[in-house]
Amino acid sequence: MKEAQNAVRMQFEALDQQKQADTLGMWIFLATEVLFFGGMFMAYAAYRWFNPDVFVLASKELNLLAGSINTAVLLSSSLTMALADHFIHAGNKTNAQRLLTLTISLGLVFLLIKGYEYHEEYSHGLIPFINDQFQWEHGQADRAELFFNLYFLMTGMHALHLFLGCCLLTVMLFINRGRRTLFRPQMRIKLSALYWHFVDVVWVFLFPLFYLAR
Amino acid sequence: MSNATSAGDYRATKSYLHHEPHSIRAWLLTTDHKRIAWLFIASITFFFVIGGLAATLIRLELITPVGDLLTAEGYNRTFSLHGIVMVWFFLVPAIPATLGNFLLPIMIGARDLAFPRLNLLSWYVYILGALFTVFAVVAGGVDTGWTFYTPLSSMFANGNVVAAIIGVFVVGFSSILTGINFIATVHTMRAPGLTWFRLPLFVWAIYATALIMVLATPVLAITLLMVALERLFQIGIFNPALGGDPLLFQHLFWFYSHPAVYIMILPGMGVVSEIITCFARKRIFGYRFMAYSLLAIAFIGFLVWGHHMFVSGQTTYASLAFGLLSFLVAIPSAVKVFNWTATLYKGRIHFDGAMLYALGFVALFTIGGLTGLFLASVALDVQVHDTYFVVAHFHYIMVGGMVMAYLGGLHFWWPKISGRLFSEFWAKVSAITIFVGFNLTFFPQFIMGYLGMPRRYHTYTPEFTSYHVISSLGALLLAAGYLLPLLNLGWSMFWGKRSGSNPWHATGLEWQAHSPPPPLNFESVPEVTEPPYNYDARDPFDGSRPQ
Ligand SMILES: [Cu+2]
Repeated sequence: MKEAQNAVRMQFEALDQQKQADTLGMWIFLATEVLFFGGMFMAYAAYRWFNPDVFVLASKELNLLAGSINTAVLLSSSLTMALADHFIHAGNKTNAQRLLTLTISLGLVFLLIKGYEYHEEYSHGLIPFINDQFQWEHGQADRAELFFNLYFLMTGMHALHLFLGCCLLTVMLFINRGRRTLFRPQMRIKLSALYWHFVDVVWVFLFPLFYLAR
Repeated sequence: MSNATSAGDYRATKSYLHHEPHSIRAWLLTTDHKRIAWLFIASITFFFVIGGLAATLIRLELITPVGDLLTAEGYNRTFSLHGIVMVWFFLVPAIPATLGNFLLPIMIGARDLAFPRLNLLSWYVYILGALFTVFAVVAGGVDTGWTFYTPLSSMFANGNVVAAIIGVFVVGFSSILTGINFIATVHTMRAPGLTWFRLPLFVWAIYATALIMVLATPVLAITLLMVALERLFQIGIFNPALGGDPLLFQHLFWFYSHPAVYIMILPGMGVVSEIITCFARKRIFGYRFMAYSLLAIAFIGFLVWGHHMFVSGQTTYASLAFGLLSFLVAIPSAVKVFNWTATLYKGRIHFDGAMLYALGFVALFTIGGLTGLFLASVALDVQVHDTYFVVAHFHYIMVGGMVMAYLGGLHFWWPKISGRLFSEFWAKVSAITIFVGFNLTFFPQFIMGYLGMPRRYHTYTPEFTSYHVISSLGALLLAAGYLLPLLNLGWSMFWGKRSGSNPWHATGLEWQAHSPPPPLNFESVPEVTEPPYNYDARDPFDGSRPQ
């Protein structure tokens, strides 16, 4: 128990108190993230409501296969993340480190596929703020542009969060290495996992809103 | 780390101000909540001066009906600077980041906040945001007003809108970090025996404020980000020419900015509750109602944003609903005013400087709150929308209320913060000067607003001249009033008498710690055995100070 005692930071009385504070802090942070994304979801909801037909047509331009594969990849990464959390708490650090590596790899695979999709959309002339000429033949081009702007904004913001998640887990991987103690890694991985799952959940909403709106 | 140092060590320990190391580097890298509070006091005072200078320019320009001091464009940039700086770089952090930072851990018997390094980070984030804003100003300023309304800000405004937006975006994360820290601290770090309903009302107020900070600020962040992207890449979300809707911007902006008004007033309510009960030598009247009403204001505050959009093309039914919900805020607000008054009833009232500030707050807040009801009535708001009536209303809340409370709190806890006593005489003079100056400045604005003087104009028809002249003279007095505490408190920092740990014979854990407190605040974790504000009108405090 000495190790746990040493892990108590100066401002806390006991380990339990510190755990509670850390966990609560992370949850509140995630609440702020929900509201951050909430602003964009609000914009999406408004324009989807005003332009239902164009949004359906625009949705058909997205690569459903790539999006579905990505959904599977990201959900699997949440599984490996949860398992890493499980193993570190069971005291099996080797397995936990392996699963962390796997989680990061799945995150990177997601980003690669997403990048491929962006490239594909670029070559189809569907990026309003990069392509010189937005390619759209079904009428109401400005509304379709709105769909794609929202798509790039929201999936881009999600990808940024996922990228930061990958960085976070990489840092965890390195600072947990070689250390004999378990308590600190346990707490860190628990909190990182909370963040990772949050990013995953955001995608669970993005996927149907953009890809399945057809 | 060991939890308890012996009593002898405690007395020998130097205060947080004098504790080694005290190089500039040590202050800039400190994780002590008390030193971080000082970093914020210094920064927000700087921005208060900047925002105040802009206000002075505005009032000077408005002495005459013609634009003789500033061009129309220059005037727009001046009031935008005034608004942006005062709202985000002074009022929002004013009490939470200074008094809240300093007092919250001490009031709940803790050694520090839950996340001390995050606390320091929040100051650096504030400074980063400040740098962007200063850059935007030096590079020529912005003319959008503090509200950044689209499509003005996204398509038509000249100037450094993106830099200003980034500044506000960044500083928002400073209040988010502060909010996270405060909530986690109040939930997990209360001393043994300090149950929720034994918490001082200041802690309740800071807690309610922190809830608004974490739930509202992220919406501002994403909204401003979308405006910046709109300006840079024409993404069209708020641009009617590209299929977007400017009304959506107003919805999102006010979803943050109405609750933000409560970020700027709830902490003041907390401060005033502490001061009034202490100088009336009486328990606060209706403690639980006071705590619940803080939470109620925070909650209802999230449901009323549409009252800013009565003339923006929102449907009449939405306006009616928002008007009705806005009326509801008056209930918990009135509960507070009545309870402060009832606390005074049959109390032994001492009119110290801090108390004068608190009483001034109650008066000005009442006027500001009641005129808010006028503005929540749809029919009347259509008449006075965007006039000086609105300007006067929110200045009564944000300046009359919040600044009064901030200065009152600063005087009340100054002996704790600095370990020194200031001049009571000059404290009283400053409180009265500010109160008179404030009313002279802003009361005429109610009248001219009602008569139709629109806000944000740098010229006006001559019939409003006398009101504007009175207002500008009042502003002069107000400026002088604001200078006094700076001199008085600044002087006492070096030459004031030592205060002892509890000069006002106040209850509350913060008065049990030394003045100024040592780095870890208490010699051992205090235990709380009684409800707050255990004041007794028969106690020995007769208004006299030690020695
Ligand atoms: Cu409002």
